[in-house]
Amino acid sequence: MVRSHEHNDSVVGVDTLISGNSAIRTRKAGNRRREKAQRPKQGFWRTLIQVIGELLITCGVILLLFVVWELWWTNIDANNAQQHAVSQFAQEFQGPLTPQSPDTPTDFGPPVVMDAPTVDGTVFGVVYIPRFGPSYSRPLVEGTTQAQLDTLGLGRYGTTSMPGAVGNFAVAGHRQTHGAVLDAIHTLVPGDKIYVQTKDGYYTYVFRNNEIVLPSQGNVLLPVPTQKDATPVDRFMTMTSCNPRFGAEERIIAYSVMESWQPASAGPPAAIAAQVAANAKG
Amino acid sequence: MYGWIFRHLPGPLWFRIITSLLFLAAAVLLLMQFVFPWLSQFNPLTDSTIGGSSQP
Repeated sequence: MVRSHEHNDSVVGVDTLISGNSAIRTRKAGNRRREKAQRPKQGFWRTLIQVIGELLITCGVILLLFVVWELWWTNIDANNAQQHAVSQFAQEFQGPLTPQSPDTPTDFGPPVVMDAPTVDGTVFGVVYIPRFGPSYSRPLVEGTTQAQLDTLGLGRYGTTSMPGAVGNFAVAGHRQTHGAVLDAIHTLVPGDKIYVQTKDGYYTYVFRNNEIVLPSQGNVLLPVPTQKDATPVDRFMTMTSCNPRFGAEERIIAYSVMESWQPASAGPPAAIAAQVAANAKG
Repeated sequence: MYGWIFRHLPGPLWFRIITSLLFLAAAVLLLMQFVFPWLSQFNPLTDSTIGGSSQP
């Protein structure tokens, strides 16, 4: 009983408040009407401070808008561009879209390695990483400057090997913005497959380990990662991205080693066949 | 400042509200399409490459 009594009291209080507010509002409206007829002259300093204040608020709003643009809008923009690039690549791709029957031979000899594209920005492949989601397919583009990474996803370091070659095939991708192609890079588990499709076929890499390094540690791109002057025997794939998420104090590096190769004529590996077909449909 | 601009827009109140909304939309579009992409190149937080230009 006491409680409900209190409750009633507070309702009355709110009512009074509202009516009080509306009274103030009417008074203000009246003031404004009078102002229109004859605005009182405002002092110079007062006007100056008001303008500065409004400009500062504007700056704050613009900075917030920049954060929204960077973290949200660039992803929408880049996802569209990347989807377009993937379906364009898939439509030009020659080869069957259904996996071969499991009893056919799986040894296709040494992998065919395509020549590096001469023009930065050329989309020459698609990368499939089922760990990042069943439909994860991102374009593989030549070059790692902002012009490529900001729109087309995974950029190949021009100083490194091509997919399938002995040595190190290294790509960079954004963690958070511009499509966030490597946002889930830390969720890779040893043994996870990474499929790289070029016009020649499919290269299957197996994720081995990751490492967090300083942005200056360029030796992760060496033919044998981090080992200077070593002669490569394995076919490495190295992915680099920002670390931590929403920051760039460090880089997260994911190393994989090539496990198998199959030419385009043999069809896609069974694990990504559905997505390859979906991309070809557009 | 914004109050001054609003008072100096022509037309009745509803027209001035629409005009100012259009100005606002134009400003946002200009920022999103041209200013932010340009500004983005100075943002060190989105650099996902390693080694920089010193890389062989």
